[in-house]
Amino acid sequence: MPLQYKKNPVDFIFSATTAAASFSVIIFIIGILYVLVTESSLAIEKFGIVKFLTSTDWDPVKESFGALTNIYGTVITTFLSLLIAIPVALGIAIFVTEIAPNFLKGPIGAAIELLAAIPSIIYGMWGLFTLSPIMSKYVEPFLKEITAGVPFVNVLFQGTPMGIDILTASVILSIMIVPFTASISRDSFNLTPAIVKESAYAIGATKWEVIKNVVIPYSKLGVFGGIVLSLGRAIGETMAVAFVLGNNHRIATSLLDAAATITVTLANEFAEADKDIYLSSLFYLALALFVMSFITLAIAKFFLIKAERKYSR
Amino acid sequence: MTREQRRKVEGFIAMTLSTLAALTGLFWLVFILGDVLVHGIKAMDLSLFTNDPAPAGIEGGGLRNAFVGQLMITICATLIGVPIGVLGGTFLAEYARGSKLSRIISILSDIMVSVPSIVIGTFIYAVLVKPLGHFSGWAGAIALAIIMVPVVLRTTEDMLTLVPWTLREAAFALGAPYYKVIIQVVYRGASAGILTGILLSIARVAGETAPLLFTSFNNSFFSVDMNRPVASLTVTIFQYAMGPYDSWHTQAWAASLVITISILMLTVIGRLLIKGRHFKG
Repeated sequence: MPLQYKKNPVDFIFSATTAAASFSVIIFIIGILYVLVTESSLAIEKFGIVKFLTSTDWDPVKESFGALTNIYGTVITTFLSLLIAIPVALGIAIFVTEIAPNFLKGPIGAAIELLAAIPSIIYGMWGLFTLSPIMSKYVEPFLKEITAGVPFVNVLFQGTPMGIDILTASVILSIMIVPFTASISRDSFNLTPAIVKESAYAIGATKWEVIKNVVIPYSKLGVFGGIVLSLGRAIGETMAVAFVLGNNHRIATSLLDAAATITVTLANEFAEADKDIYLSSLFYLALALFVMSFITLAIAKFFLIKAERKYSR
Repeated sequence: MTREQRRKVEGFIAMTLSTLAALTGLFWLVFILGDVLVHGIKAMDLSLFTNDPAPAGIEGGGLRNAFVGQLMITICATLIGVPIGVLGGTFLAEYARGSKLSRIISILSDIMVSVPSIVIGTFIYAVLVKPLGHFSGWAGAIALAIIMVPVVLRTTEDMLTLVPWTLREAAFALGAPYYKVIIQVVYRGASAGILTGILLSIARVAGETAPLLFTSFNNSFFSVDMNRPVASLTVTIFQYAMGPYDSWHTQAWAASLVITISILMLTVIGRLLIKGRHFKG
């Protein structure tokens, strides 16, 4: 680290400018937090924290607002989409690192990453016009039929299959997050030292046994970090679900019901909020979303840093 | 079945499932892109680019206002976001290299990259739209710029770190001050990488809808005034796709095709640029 830059006036100005630019990130975070808290102060005063988070009311006419239906929608779509995405993403990572012939590794990896580059609004629109009819005509009636006699499970598929529901939204969300999980898992798998794998092969392990007992345990920190990162992404995804979730403020027990996530509520109602308390409650929702996703992403980062330290040792 | 056979069968099943997973991923990619292509090409028409929207429900008209608006917002966002990102990354990789402060800002940027973009939209609404009393193109551009900064900052930091330290020492030895070393040696060495970061960040924000919904809003008339609401392709797609008219749906598909192709091209060019041209440690 050369220190002579402090003596040169131009250097001092340049270094100060770069420092100011990098501090902008901290300013954004503090600014967002400060502004969201001030803007939602009206709703915080009226509904408090616990009551807001646990109330299922969302009634602009009676001016009574609670976040629970929105949080429930966010949690259930995120959970379902991870349930679908994680096995597929791990499968892709295994295929790309261990199974695919060398000439296919690059192209397939790049193709999966292209999925991540498609804007979320395209996913949303494709979901509305293409996936949703397929879901309501074929997939959902089929799921209803095979679960019809099974107690508890059949509750999940009650109601008319409309295609605008939690299940469709979760499927789209899962397609969106597969690339994130897959590419981080692939990178983590790739870091397993060849010598460790070769030792396992030398004592007669099959390829699957090497993956299951050597590669995955070795890279579990990175993979877990990748999964939590996808979780953070899924929590904040807006446009991909806004088209097919229906913006319905109630606690749905069936996956074929319409619902609302925090993001969908914001996207649909923010520009229309006519009363101060309504707008303030929406800011309160945005604050809850910011805090939720920030904490999730910080946890993901924590695991990814831990993984990085472990591999670089 | 013997133990050996069972292990082999288990392995075979796992390998098959993994291959199927990869095929599933490719299937979705082909399905989505193919669908956008098929629907979009049908709606492609020169009048789409030269006409402004017809009144709701009436056939014809185009999306000239949205194409121009999207370009204006994206260019302004780039002009604001890129310099801040590149300079910020420079601070982390050069002046503050290895320090705790640099590490913290770097981690916070990584988190900011994934923070829900709709939250940034609400933030800008509170800061720029509500006090001024109207939606504006600038508000949209600044919202996108805030999303760009951490992306550009992190790639710049990474790319500058890859430039060998000995190169800087060689320049120091000639008596060059640090800022000259950075601008004339380090930036040149990392130019391809920095450019890739910029292209990828443009690709990232060009497809953003959520932060524009209540900042630049929408405008069904042609306008180049950044102080007024400005139409963007993405918000128009949202409005048209959710709307009741078939002609709106067709135009939404066409807009989707244009935006998807532009973004995928930016992404691919960015990726190709970086391939093998930057310093390898």
